Amino acid sequence: MTARTILKVNGATHEVDADPAMPLLYVLRNLLHLKATRFGCGSGACGACTVVIEDRAQTSCNLPVEAVAGRAVTTLEGLAPAGQLHPIQSAMLACQAAQCGYCVSGVVMAAASLLDKHPSVLTRGEIAAALAGNLCRCGAQARMLDAIEAAAAAREAA
Amino acid sequence: MSGPAAVPRSLVDNPLVSQWLALRQDGTVRLAVGKVELGQGILTALAQIAAEELDVELSRIQVVAGDTRDCPDEWYTAGSFSVQVSGAAVRQAAAQARRLFLDAAAQRLGGVASELVVEDGTITLRVEPVSTASTSYWALLDEVDLRVPVAAAALPAWRGPGRIVGRDAPRLDLPGKIAGSGFIHDMDLPGMLHARVVRPPAPGARLRQAPEAVTGALGVLRDGDFLAIWAADEFSAVRAAERLRRAAVWDVPEASVCSPQPEELTKWPARTTEVHAHHRTNGAGDGSDLRAVYTRPYTAHAAIGPCCAIARFASDGSGVLVWTHSQGVFPLRAQLARVFGLALDRVDVVHAHGAGCYGHNGADDAALDAALVARATQGAPVRVVWSREDEFAWSPASSAMRVALDASIHEGRISRWRLDVWSGPHGQRPGWNGDVNLLAAGHLATPFVSRPLEADVAPALGGGGDRNAVAPYDIADHEVHYHFIPDLPLRVSSLRTLGGFANVFAIESFMDELAEAAGADPLDFRLAHLTDPRARDVLQAVWDLASLTPETPAEGLLGRGLAFSRYKNSAAYAAVVAEVELAEQVSLSRVWCVVDAGLAINPDGVRNQMEGGIIQAASWTLKEALPIDALGVTARSWDDYPILRFDEVPLVRVEVLQRGDQPPLGVGEAAHGPTAAAIANAVARAAGVRVRDLPLTRDRIAAVLASG
Repeated sequence: MTARTILKVNGATHEVDADPAMPLLYVLRNLLHLKATRFGCGSGACGACTVVIEDRAQTSCNLPVEAVAGRAVTTLEGLAPAGQLHPIQSAMLACQAAQCGYCVSGVVMAAASLLDKHPSVLTRGEIAAALAGNLCRCGAQARMLDAIEAAAAAREAA
Repeated sequence: MSGPAAVPRSLVDNPLVSQWLALRQDGTVRLAVGKVELGQGILTALAQIAAEELDVELSRIQVVAGDTRDCPDEWYTAGSFSVQVSGAAVRQAAAQARRLFLDAAAQRLGGVASELVVEDGTITLRVEPVSTASTSYWALLDEVDLRVPVAAAALPAWRGPGRIVGRDAPRLDLPGKIAGSGFIHDMDLPGMLHARVVRPPAPGARLRQAPEAVTGALGVLRDGDFLAIWAADEFSAVRAAERLRRAAVWDVPEASVCSPQPEELTKWPARTTEVHAHHRTNGAGDGSDLRAVYTRPYTAHAAIGPCCAIARFASDGSGVLVWTHSQGVFPLRAQLARVFGLALDRVDVVHAHGAGCYGHNGADDAALDAALVARATQGAPVRVVWSREDEFAWSPASSAMRVALDASIHEGRISRWRLDVWSGPHGQRPGWNGDVNLLAAGHLATPFVSRPLEADVAPALGGGGDRNAVAPYDIADHEVHYHFIPDLPLRVSSLRTLGGFANVFAIESFMDELAEAAGADPLDFRLAHLTDPRARDVLQAVWDLASLTPETPAEGLLGRGLAFSRYKNSAAYAAVVAEVELAEQVSLSRVWCVVDAGLAINPDGVRNQMEGGIIQAASWTLKEALPIDALGVTARSWDDYPILRFDEVPLVRVEVLQRGDQPPLGVGEAAHGPTAAAIANAVARAAGVRVRDLPLTRDRIAAVLASG
């Protein structure tokens, strides 16, 4: 059973024919061919599929597409204009803050949402607490925290 | 595998320069290797080696890896051998290529090869007094044939840092991944179908009945106890698989025997080998004796991204192409050929990047899953992704282990030492022991059964359960015995460090216990038993490094602990200091590490690997135990198997002792053992009691404290 759903993703409007129960993750990856958002567990427990809905970071693997009809969805691809990187992404690259890189999209989305909500400087502990729902198995968390701290400080200085 | 004249195994197996290198009209250099990217940065390091040896810019190197059609067969990317074996092969091949081009240049320019200077591929002959003649690799392409064996000419010993080697270089694959692309999961082929496997509810379960069609599926495949569906889109596949799972009827065996927990390992049939026996005295114990038993539980790979594969069978069934994130594409190819009854040259296996690979995970199994369904779809490509539940339930696990230590101290020195280790197997990869060892293969109507192993991972490869069981210390009477348990119900295979994690945890915990019994400082006690200057240097350096930071002010009990190991007693040296605080929780606040990897090809890459290893090992040490019962692994979600979270990660500081005059050493597994022991030693110092059973959870520590 499919229904036509209007989606707003990264500033563009899409009409998709999808089962209303289809997780947003699959709509993004398979119908809109936006591959940056990743499948990790299917139950919202690892954060690999994190996107931003309006201004809130949320897991997309357990979010039916009908729940986001008409609401602004941002994925990693929409964080910066095409060909550019969001400051957090640039900082991740500068710090080489990844091993396998699979969790990075989710971490960047959660961190971007956090920084957007907090104009003042965050402590490392506050950043880490906000990322408690993002799992990283390769052990790149320390570098990722360095990168996010650096991006937050740069934004503060700007 | 050391010394400039030794021929690396990878070159023995792939002797022609052209198997490794091709220089192209567009000014690029194709470097083909058999080692694959697992998240460890090896492709960048190998590219650095090639660029250094060829005298070209790193940006000219384009690496292709793990494609059985046109890459060298380097067996597995495992064991921390890559930089040592593949790196040496790449260096030799590149040096040979350079020699061939210089010979051609000398012919063209006049002069002798030794008078030529190469800079970014431009070859210059200085003709006195001021003029020069030059050519380039690119101008000479038609005159150089690289289809010649790599001459086993002795290369000068490794020396660095050079122009590129020994210097930080950013990972070649990270820009794509940070921008959101680059994984096997992202591959989209025209006409691709989506499949899911419905696995048995327990090992040994037999499929009694299953529907031949399911709503939402294009087809159902049943072959014995192997059951799968395929569909046009992924969500349909997920739902159809769930319908099929509910509709299938299985005969589940009577409760089988549960695999042993660590304290039960000694009761299981084992084959004992004497790993090490070194006696300088008559063996009489003449001092204070100390005994201790250390254990570790079963643990899981638990990568964030599940296993994935894509397969495309020729529509007449005559051949198959598989994309996989397997560590060993050539061994996988051989077993796929065997399962399908195809000639080797009819099976192509191509590596694509997966999530973190820490050993023998389910990647090979997913490849067979995809190929089985692809055989049924008349040539349409088929993509399989494992569910999180199946990742926990069916990935090979890492064996529980028990390590018993028994030593004597005489006049402040260890006079006698005996280590006994009990373990299940640490390697049962596709093809090992003569068996296919692919999950679905054991479920087919004509199954390929995995028999109990004849032996664990061979000593020449660094051993399995006995890896790092021989302590690096100078001990007059030193015995090591390995009690190998070949036949565990649970499927166990290689996880990063194999037996090394448990053995180093035990040895380095025990060293602290012995030091205390001897009234000695942990650092001094170790130094008193170590003659290798590289081992002494990392130990002293990490202690000095940690000492720069005063103890973190803490509300709870605070302690620091030290540990050292040389991975496999042949790879990188690592010393670790950990600081823990025991309050409401066990909190790992800081970790320092000094690593000696010989000539570190990419020092930041080495640091990155060590940091990652420390944090991963901290998770293993503080949190991880895979729950099992008689039917196998019971964990199905991250709730059942918690790992270290962002808010539990310590501050980490790693220093690389760059030794430019020493051959490069593998670092991928060097941090884990010492990290576990450093944490355990820190806990002991903070709590005043010793916990010897992993994981070191708050409850376990509290229980030991409570028992006085």
